[in-house]
Amino acid sequence: MAKKWVRHSIQAVATLLQNANFKGFLEGKIYQGPVKSVCVPGLNCYSCPGAVGACPIGSLQNYLSGLKFRVPYYVVGILIFIGALIGRAVCGFLCPFGFLQDLIYKIPFFKKNEFRIDKYLRWFKYIVLALFVLMLPFCFKLTPFFCKYICPSGTIAGIWLASADKQVAGQLGNLFSLKLVILGLILSASLIIYRPFCKYICPLGAIYGFFNKIALYRLHLDTNKCVGCKACAKACKMNVDPSVSPNSCECIRCGECVNACPHKALKMGVKKEASKS
Amino acid sequence: MRKRIITISLIAAGIILIVVGIALKQPESVFSKAARICMECIGIG
Repeated sequence: MAKKWVRHSIQAVATLLQNANFKGFLEGKIYQGPVKSVCVPGLNCYSCPGAVGACPIGSLQNYLSGLKFRVPYYVVGILIFIGALIGRAVCGFLCPFGFLQDLIYKIPFFKKNEFRIDKYLRWFKYIVLALFVLMLPFCFKLTPFFCKYICPSGTIAGIWLASADKQVAGQLGNLFSLKLVILGLILSASLIIYRPFCKYICPLGAIYGFFNKIALYRLHLDTNKCVGCKACAKACKMNVDPSVSPNSCECIRCGECVNACPHKALKMGVKKEASKS
Repeated sequence: MRKRIITISLIAAGIILIVVGIALKQPESVFSKAARICMECIGIG
Protein backbone atom coordinates (compact mmCIF):
# COMPACT_ATOMS: atom_id res chain seq x y z
CA MET A 1 0.00 0.00 0.00
CA ALA A 2 1.10 3.52 -0.77
CA LYS A 3 3.10 5.34 1.87
CA LYS A 4 1.64 8.45 3.43
CA TRP A 5 3.60 10.90 1.26
CA VAL A 6 2.35 9.13 -1.88
CA ARG A 7 -1.25 9.62 -0.77
CA HIS A 8 -0.64 13.26 0.10
CA SER A 9 1.00 13.79 -3.30
CA ILE A 10 -2.05 12.30 -5.03
CA GLN A 11 -4.30 14.52 -2.89
CA ALA A 12 -2.28 17.60 -3.85
CA VAL A 13 -2.37 16.75 -7.56
CA ALA A 14 -6.12 15.99 -7.39
CA THR A 15 -6.78 19.31 -5.62
CA LEU A 16 -4.75 21.21 -8.23
CA LEU A 17 -6.43 19.42 -11.14
CA GLN A 18 -9.91 20.14 -9.80
CA ASN A 19 -8.91 23.78 -9.25
CA ALA A 20 -6.74 24.32 -12.31
CA ASN A 21 -8.24 27.69 -13.24
CA PHE A 22 -5.40 29.56 -11.52
CA LYS A 23 -6.19 32.78 -13.33
CA GLY A 24 -9.58 32.82 -11.61
CA PHE A 25 -7.99 33.13 -8.16
CA LEU A 26 -6.30 36.37 -9.20
CA GLU A 27 -9.20 37.86 -11.12
CA GLY A 28 -12.03 36.69 -8.86
CA LYS A 29 -13.86 35.15 -11.81
CA ILE A 30 -15.04 31.57 -12.11
CA TYR A 31 -14.20 29.20 -14.98
CA GLN A 32 -16.94 28.98 -17.61
CA GLY A 33 -15.49 26.46 -20.05
CA PRO A 34 -17.15 23.24 -21.24
CA VAL A 35 -15.51 21.02 -18.58
CA LYS A 36 -17.78 22.71 -16.02
CA SER A 37 -20.57 20.32 -17.11
CA VAL A 38 -18.62 17.36 -15.67
CA CYS A 39 -18.97 16.55 -11.97
CA VAL A 40 -15.73 16.17 -10.03
CA PRO A 41 -15.53 13.23 -7.58
CA GLY A 42 -14.92 15.23 -4.39
CA LEU A 43 -16.47 18.14 -2.54
CA ASN A 44 -15.29 21.17 -4.50
CA CYS A 45 -17.61 24.15 -4.84
CA TYR A 46 -18.26 25.08 -8.46
CA SER A 47 -18.21 28.74 -7.46
CA CYS A 48 -14.60 28.48 -6.35
CA PRO A 49 -12.59 30.67 -8.77
CA GLY A 50 -10.26 27.76 -9.48
CA ALA A 51 -12.90 25.06 -10.00
CA VAL A 52 -12.90 23.52 -13.46
CA GLY A 53 -15.70 21.02 -12.76
CA ALA A 54 -19.10 20.88 -11.07
CA CYS A 55 -19.74 19.80 -7.48
CA PRO A 56 -21.83 16.58 -7.46
CA ILE A 57 -23.73 17.56 -4.31
CA GLY A 58 -24.50 21.05 -5.65
CA SER A 59 -25.61 19.59 -9.00
CA LEU A 60 -27.83 17.03 -7.28
CA GLN A 61 -29.55 19.74 -5.24
CA ASN A 62 -29.92 21.87 -8.35
CA TYR A 63 -31.96 19.08 -9.96
CA LEU A 64 -34.05 18.35 -6.90
CA SER A 65 -34.83 21.99 -6.21
CA GLY A 66 -35.88 22.74 -9.79
CA LEU A 67 -39.46 23.94 -10.29
CA LYS A 68 -39.99 21.20 -12.86
CA PHE A 69 -38.75 17.91 -11.41
CA ARG A 70 -36.44 15.81 -13.57
CA VAL A 71 -34.74 12.61 -12.49
CA PRO A 72 -31.03 13.47 -12.16
CA TYR A 73 -29.79 10.49 -14.23
CA TYR A 74 -26.49 12.14 -15.10
CA VAL A 75 -25.40 13.15 -11.58
CA VAL A 76 -26.70 9.93 -9.95
CA GLY A 77 -24.94 7.93 -12.68
CA ILE A 78 -21.64 9.68 -11.95
CA LEU A 79 -22.03 9.05 -8.20
CA ILE A 80 -22.86 5.35 -8.71
CA PHE A 81 -20.03 4.90 -11.22
CA ILE A 82 -17.38 6.51 -9.00
CA GLY A 83 -18.80 4.85 -5.86
CA ALA A 84 -18.77 1.36 -7.39
CA LEU A 85 -15.23 1.86 -8.66
CA ILE A 86 -13.47 3.25 -5.59
CA GLY A 87 -16.03 4.03 -2.84
CA ARG A 88 -14.69 6.34 -0.14
CA ALA A 89 -11.19 6.25 -1.60
CA VAL A 90 -12.49 9.51 -3.10
CA CYS A 91 -12.39 10.97 0.44
CA GLY A 92 -8.90 9.66 1.13
CA PHE A 93 -7.30 10.55 -2.18
CA LEU A 94 -9.33 12.94 -4.31
CA CYS A 95 -11.35 15.32 -2.13
CA PRO A 96 -9.83 18.83 -1.79
CA PHE A 97 -11.66 19.55 1.46
CA GLY A 98 -10.47 16.23 2.90
CA PHE A 99 -6.92 17.20 1.96
CA LEU A 100 -7.30 20.56 3.70
CA GLN A 101 -8.43 18.78 6.90
CA ASP A 102 -5.48 16.37 6.61
CA LEU A 103 -3.08 19.31 6.41
CA ILE A 104 -4.64 21.07 9.40
CA TYR A 105 -4.51 17.87 11.46
CA LYS A 106 -0.75 17.76 10.87
CA ILE A 107 -0.31 20.94 12.93
CA PRO A 108 1.09 19.90 16.32
CA PHE A 109 -1.74 20.31 18.84
CA PHE A 110 -3.78 18.35 21.36
CA LYS A 111 -5.34 15.38 19.49
CA LYS A 112 -8.40 13.34 20.47
CA ASN A 113 -10.13 10.93 18.15
CA GLU A 114 -11.93 8.66 20.55
CA PHE A 115 -14.77 10.01 22.64
CA ARG A 116 -18.13 8.70 23.77
CA ILE A 117 -20.51 10.51 21.43
CA ASP A 118 -18.38 9.86 18.34
CA LYS A 119 -20.43 6.87 17.16
CA TYR A 120 -23.69 8.81 17.53
CA LEU A 121 -22.34 11.88 15.75
CA ARG A 122 -21.48 9.66 12.76
CA TRP A 123 -25.19 9.37 11.99
CA PHE A 124 -25.45 13.12 11.54
CA LYS A 125 -24.02 12.98 8.00
CA TYR A 126 -26.91 10.71 6.94
CA ILE A 127 -29.36 13.24 8.39
CA VAL A 128 -27.56 16.01 6.46
CA LEU A 129 -27.80 13.93 3.28
CA ALA A 130 -31.47 13.05 3.72
CA LEU A 131 -32.62 16.44 4.97
CA PHE A 132 -30.37 19.16 3.52
CA VAL A 133 -29.43 17.54 0.21
CA LEU A 134 -32.54 15.55 -0.70
CA MET A 135 -35.73 16.45 1.19
CA LEU A 136 -35.54 20.20 1.83
CA PRO A 137 -34.43 21.18 -1.70
CA PHE A 138 -37.12 18.88 -3.13
CA CYS A 139 -39.90 20.22 -0.88
CA PHE A 140 -39.07 23.93 -0.82
CA LYS A 141 -37.63 24.37 -4.35
CA LEU A 142 -35.02 26.79 -5.66
CA THR A 143 -32.85 26.52 -2.54
CA PRO A 144 -29.79 24.25 -2.28
CA PHE A 145 -30.06 23.92 1.50
CA PHE A 146 -26.75 22.13 2.09
CA CYS A 147 -24.80 24.59 -0.06
CA LYS A 148 -26.58 27.58 1.42
CA TYR A 149 -26.44 26.78 5.13
CA ILE A 150 -23.63 24.27 5.67
CA CYS A 151 -21.09 23.68 2.89
CA PRO A 152 -17.67 24.95 4.05
CA SER A 153 -16.22 24.52 0.55
CA GLY A 154 -18.61 27.21 -0.71
CA THR A 155 -17.57 29.51 2.13
CA ILE A 156 -13.93 29.19 1.06
CA ALA A 157 -15.07 30.04 -2.49
CA GLY A 158 -16.89 33.07 -1.05
CA ILE A 159 -13.77 34.25 0.76
CA TRP A 160 -11.72 34.00 -2.47
CA LEU A 161 -14.33 35.79 -4.55
CA ALA A 162 -14.90 38.52 -1.95
CA SER A 163 -11.18 39.17 -1.61
CA ALA A 164 -10.81 39.60 -5.37
CA ASP A 165 -14.11 41.31 -6.19
CA LYS A 166 -15.37 44.32 -4.21
CA GLN A 167 -18.89 43.90 -5.62
CA VAL A 168 -19.13 40.41 -4.08
CA ALA A 169 -17.60 41.64 -0.82
CA GLY A 170 -20.24 44.35 -0.58
CA GLN A 171 -23.06 41.82 -0.70
CA LEU A 172 -21.87 39.61 2.14
CA GLY A 173 -24.18 39.59 5.15
CA ASN A 174 -25.52 37.46 7.97
CA LEU A 175 -25.65 34.27 5.93
CA PHE A 176 -21.96 34.57 5.13
CA SER A 177 -21.22 35.22 8.81
CA LEU A 178 -23.10 32.03 9.73
CA LYS A 179 -21.21 30.04 7.12
CA LEU A 180 -17.94 31.57 8.27
CA VAL A 181 -18.66 30.40 11.84
CA ILE A 182 -19.39 26.87 10.55
CA LEU A 183 -16.18 26.86 8.49
CA GLY A 184 -14.22 28.16 11.49
CA LEU A 185 -15.65 25.47 13.76
CA ILE A 186 -14.86 22.71 11.26
CA LEU A 187 -11.31 23.90 10.65
CA SER A 188 -10.68 24.42 14.38
CA ALA A 189 -12.04 20.96 15.14
CA SER A 190 -9.72 19.57 12.44
CA LEU A 191 -6.79 20.57 14.63
CA ILE A 192 -7.95 18.15 17.33
CA ILE A 193 -10.12 15.56 15.60
CA TYR A 194 -9.08 13.79 12.39
CA ARG A 195 -11.41 14.91 9.55
CA PRO A 196 -14.46 15.99 11.60
CA PHE A 197 -16.32 17.15 8.48
CA CYS A 198 -15.85 13.76 6.76
CA LYS A 199 -16.83 11.84 9.90
CA TYR A 200 -19.90 13.79 10.93
CA ILE A 201 -21.21 16.10 8.22
CA CYS A 202 -20.23 15.26 4.63
CA PRO A 203 -23.20 13.98 2.58
CA LEU A 204 -20.88 13.00 -0.28
CA GLY A 205 -18.87 10.77 2.05
CA ALA A 206 -22.16 9.29 3.28
CA ILE A 207 -23.10 8.39 -0.32
CA TYR A 208 -19.71 6.89 -1.20
CA GLY A 209 -19.69 5.02 2.12
CA PHE A 210 -22.66 2.95 0.94
CA PHE A 211 -20.42 1.57 -1.83
CA ASN A 212 -17.43 0.66 0.35
CA LYS A 213 -18.48 -2.97 0.78
CA ILE A 214 -18.82 -3.68 -2.92
CA ALA A 215 -16.45 -1.18 -4.56
CA LEU A 216 -13.91 -2.61 -6.97
CA TYR A 217 -11.08 -0.96 -5.00
CA ARG A 218 -11.40 -2.10 -1.42
CA LEU A 219 -9.65 -3.52 1.61
CA HIS A 220 -9.01 -7.27 1.78
CA LEU A 221 -8.30 -9.08 5.03
CA ASP A 222 -6.50 -12.39 4.99
CA THR A 223 -7.95 -14.13 8.04
CA ASN A 224 -5.23 -16.76 7.88
CA LYS A 225 -2.58 -14.12 8.52
CA CYS A 226 -4.53 -11.94 10.98
CA VAL A 227 -3.65 -12.67 14.62
CA GLY A 228 -6.09 -10.12 16.07
CA CYS A 229 -3.37 -7.84 17.48
CA LYS A 230 -5.50 -4.76 16.63
CA ALA A 231 -2.49 -2.80 15.36
CA CYS A 232 -4.69 -1.80 12.42
CA ALA A 233 -7.49 -0.50 14.66
CA LYS A 234 -5.00 1.51 16.73
CA ALA A 235 -3.58 3.07 13.56
CA CYS A 236 -6.98 4.03 12.15
CA LYS A 237 -7.86 7.68 12.72
CA MET A 238 -11.38 7.13 11.38
CA ASN A 239 -11.94 4.75 14.34
CA VAL A 240 -12.57 1.68 12.18
CA ASP A 241 -11.41 -1.80 13.19
CA PRO A 242 -10.30 -3.30 9.86
CA SER A 243 -9.86 -6.76 11.41
CA VAL A 244 -13.60 -6.79 12.10
CA SER A 245 -15.04 -4.67 9.28
CA PRO A 246 -12.42 -3.98 6.61
CA ASN A 247 -14.97 -2.28 4.40
CA SER A 248 -16.82 -0.16 6.91
CA CYS A 249 -18.77 2.83 5.56
CA GLU A 250 -16.42 5.03 7.59
CA CYS A 251 -13.18 3.85 5.96
CA ILE A 252 -11.63 6.49 3.68
CA ARG A 253 -8.99 4.06 2.31
CA CYS A 254 -6.04 6.06 3.67
CA GLY A 255 -4.09 2.80 4.03
CA GLU A 256 -2.69 3.52 7.52
CA CYS A 257 -3.97 0.11 8.68
CA VAL A 258 -2.22 -1.68 5.81
CA ASN A 259 1.06 -0.01 6.74
CA ALA A 260 0.53 -0.76 10.44
CA CYS A 261 -0.22 -4.49 10.07
CA PRO A 262 2.89 -6.44 11.18
CA HIS A 263 1.63 -9.63 9.52
CA LYS A 264 0.70 -8.19 6.13
CA ALA A 265 -2.84 -9.45 6.57
CA LEU A 266 -4.41 -6.39 4.96
CA LYS A 267 -4.22 -5.54 1.29
CA MET A 268 -5.81 -2.60 -0.49
CA GLY A 269 -6.70 -2.84 -4.14
CA VAL A 270 -8.60 -4.66 -6.85
CA LYS A 271 -8.33 -8.40 -6.57
CA LYS A 272 -10.33 -11.60 -6.43
CA GLU A 273 -12.36 -12.38 -3.33
CA ALA A 274 -10.08 -12.93 -0.32
CA SER A 275 -10.89 -14.60 2.98
CA LYS A 276 -12.80 -11.60 4.23
CA SER A 277 -13.49 -8.41 2.31
CA MET B 1 -18.19 -13.91 -6.80
CA ARG B 2 -21.63 -12.47 -5.97
CA LYS B 3 -20.00 -9.27 -4.73
CA ARG B 4 -18.09 -8.93 -7.99
CA ILE B 5 -21.33 -9.30 -9.97
CA ILE B 6 -22.98 -6.56 -7.90
CA THR B 7 -19.95 -4.29 -8.45
CA ILE B 8 -19.88 -4.81 -12.21
CA SER B 9 -23.67 -4.33 -12.38
CA LEU B 10 -23.43 -1.04 -10.50
CA ILE B 11 -20.59 0.21 -12.70
CA ALA B 12 -22.68 -0.70 -15.76
CA ALA B 13 -25.78 0.96 -14.23
CA GLY B 14 -23.73 4.10 -13.54
CA ILE B 15 -22.52 4.22 -17.14
CA ILE B 16 -26.07 3.66 -18.47
CA LEU B 17 -27.43 6.46 -16.26
CA ILE B 18 -24.68 8.82 -17.42
CA VAL B 19 -25.47 7.99 -21.07
CA VAL B 20 -29.21 8.49 -20.48
CA GLY B 21 -28.43 11.81 -18.77
CA ILE B 22 -26.27 12.93 -21.68
CA ALA B 23 -29.01 11.90 -24.14
CA LEU B 24 -31.45 14.06 -22.16
CA LYS B 25 -28.96 16.95 -22.32
CA GLN B 26 -28.59 16.99 -18.54
CA PRO B 27 -24.92 18.07 -18.59
CA GLU B 28 -26.19 21.37 -20.05
CA SER B 29 -28.24 22.12 -16.94
CA VAL B 30 -25.29 21.13 -14.73
CA PHE B 31 -23.21 23.55 -16.79
CA SER B 32 -25.75 26.37 -16.58
CA LYS B 33 -25.65 26.19 -12.78
CA ALA B 34 -21.91 25.61 -12.46
CA ALA B 35 -20.82 28.32 -14.90
CA ARG B 36 -22.50 31.07 -12.90
CA ILE B 37 -21.53 32.16 -9.39
CA CYS B 38 -23.85 30.32 -7.00
CA MET B 39 -24.93 33.06 -4.56
CA GLU B 40 -26.25 30.57 -1.99
CA CYS B 41 -23.03 28.55 -2.07
CA ILE B 42 -20.73 31.49 -1.36
CA GLY B 43 -22.96 32.79 1.41
CA ILE B 44 -24.80 35.70 -0.20
CA GLY B 45 -28.11 33.88 -0.52
